[in-house]
Order: sequence, then structure tokens, then C-alpha cells
Amino acid sequence: MKAAVVTFPGSNADRDLAVSFRDAGFDVTMVWHKDAALPEGVDIVGIPGGFSFGDYLRCGAIAAQSPITRAVKEHADRGGYVLGVCNGFQVLTETGLLPGALLRNSGLKFICRTVGLKVETSASVFTEGYNAGDVIDIPIAHHDGNYFADAETLEQLKAEDRIAFTYTDNPNGSLGDIAGILSANRRVLGMMPHPERAADTGHGGTDGAALFRALAGGLTLA
Amino acid sequence: MKARVHVMLKNGVLDPQGEAVRHALGAMGFDGVEGVRQGKVIDLELAEGTTEAQVAEMCEKLLANTVIESYKIEMGA
Repeated sequence: MKAAVVTFPGSNADRDLAVSFRDAGFDVTMVWHKDAALPEGVDIVGIPGGFSFGDYLRCGAIAAQSPITRAVKEHADRGGYVLGVCNGFQVLTETGLLPGALLRNSGLKFICRTVGLKVETSASVFTEGYNAGDVIDIPIAHHDGNYFADAETLEQLKAEDRIAFTYTDNPNGSLGDIAGILSANRRVLGMMPHPERAADTGHGGTDGAALFRALAGGLTLA
Repeated sequence: MKARVHVMLKNGVLDPQGEAVRHALGAMGFDGVEGVRQGKVIDLELAEGTTEAQVAEMCEKLLANTVIESYKIEMGA
């Protein structure tokens, strides 16, 4: 299985994400934001956390216009898999690959701590390593993680079982406690918490590792 | 030529920064501030002949996120 991890200027979780993919058995290639194409045969693209382009204008807004992001969009449109974590989730909403937007945390503070996440659905390749209803401990580290969507979009996400994770104790004001959502074809996941920061015993927790293991076992060719 | 773009959070989208400013004004003794909404002003220096429609396209594609924000364009001389 082949993964590509994108690095934008200001990404800081790109290498951690690559390590998690590699530990799960992926062959990982790093790609730079100015690259216009993904490596041949990539199954999944990881969009990492960080502060791409200094969060100028809006978090993820400039990264969403990068040459590599166009290639990622084409990959997703062909049915390819994409995992966006933290700033990666913000980039995915800015590109329109996922609905809604991430606003400033309701408490206005940057929050960096481990939170409880409830797995809302196991019906995706990202979450099938868990049981629906499981509560897992995953770190968050963000200033703009307050998920917002209009009422119609929220209803649609619920009706289509596209809410992947919710917070057990909402830290940032997210609508419906939403921490992560899936695309309509269930092959794109955006989530604010960092599973790659809970994927090794050295991290103090390994609840995120099952996500990468499930991906390594479950991708059908795009 | 110039254009000025005002970007504001849409009505119904909570503005936690605006709320914090409102609280601060109240704490300073400015009574009766019932709401504060914070936005952005973006000034563009444009080639002569740039149309409002072109600026609107810039707003739609980059300057505003129309999921959460509205924009207003003032075309100047």
C-alpha cells in the first residue's frame, strides 16, 4: 500500500503522520506543496497538521490553492483515499472535499491536551478498527477546531452516518460535538484530533494506531 | 485602481472574538453594547479595467469562505 504525505510551508505533523503510515506497513512518499502531481499508484494521501502558510487569511485557505492540493482533489474525485488531520481537516473543508468549516475555538484559547473521542461509526475504512460507541483517547492541539455547518448539512451528515468521531466533552464549541467527518463516498476523513500522536507506546497512548492498521488492511484500489 | 472588500461572518455564525470584545467593553464600563461582530477589510490594488465581477470571483475562490462568511465589494477610483 502506498501513502503520500503532503508538506506545506508551516506543516509540523507531516513526519509524525508519515511514521504512523510507515509503522502500519505503508510505503510512504513525502510530497511538497509545489509538486503538481502525486507519485504514481498512491492509495492514500495524508494532509498533516500544522500552520500551513502561517494560517494567513483563514486556516488552510492558502494551502487549498496549492498545486499539490489540486492533485489531491483529483485523486479524491477518482475515488482515492484522503486523511486530513487538524490543519489537514481545515484544508479539506477549504477545498470543498468536506462540508462545513472550522471556526475559532469558542473559548478563544489554543487547546493542547488529550481528549475523549467517541467512535460514531465503524462503517469506514478509517474507523473499522474500532467498534461504534468505543471511547478512545487522542490528543488535540488547535486554535480553530470549532466545527460549523448549516443545519441542512448537519442533518445530512447525521442521516448519512458520516460523523466519524465526536468529543465526549466538547472542548471547542463544535456543532454537535463533531471532531471528524467523512465524505459522501466515505473515502475522505477529516478530523481535528491527532491519531498519529497516539500511535506508539512512547506517545503515552496508542488508541490512534488502530486507524492506521485498519487503513493498511482495508484500502481497495482507487 | 483600488477595491475594498469587507468580509464578515454570516448572521447565525457565532463570533467568539466579537463576543470577547463585547465582554471587554462591558467590563470597561461602556454600557449598552449589545453586540460586536468582527470582520476583515482587504484593500486590493488592481490593474485599470479590473471589473467588479473579477473581484467577486476572487472573493468566492479565496478571500471569503462563503460557508461561513459574506463579503461586500467597494470598487474605488
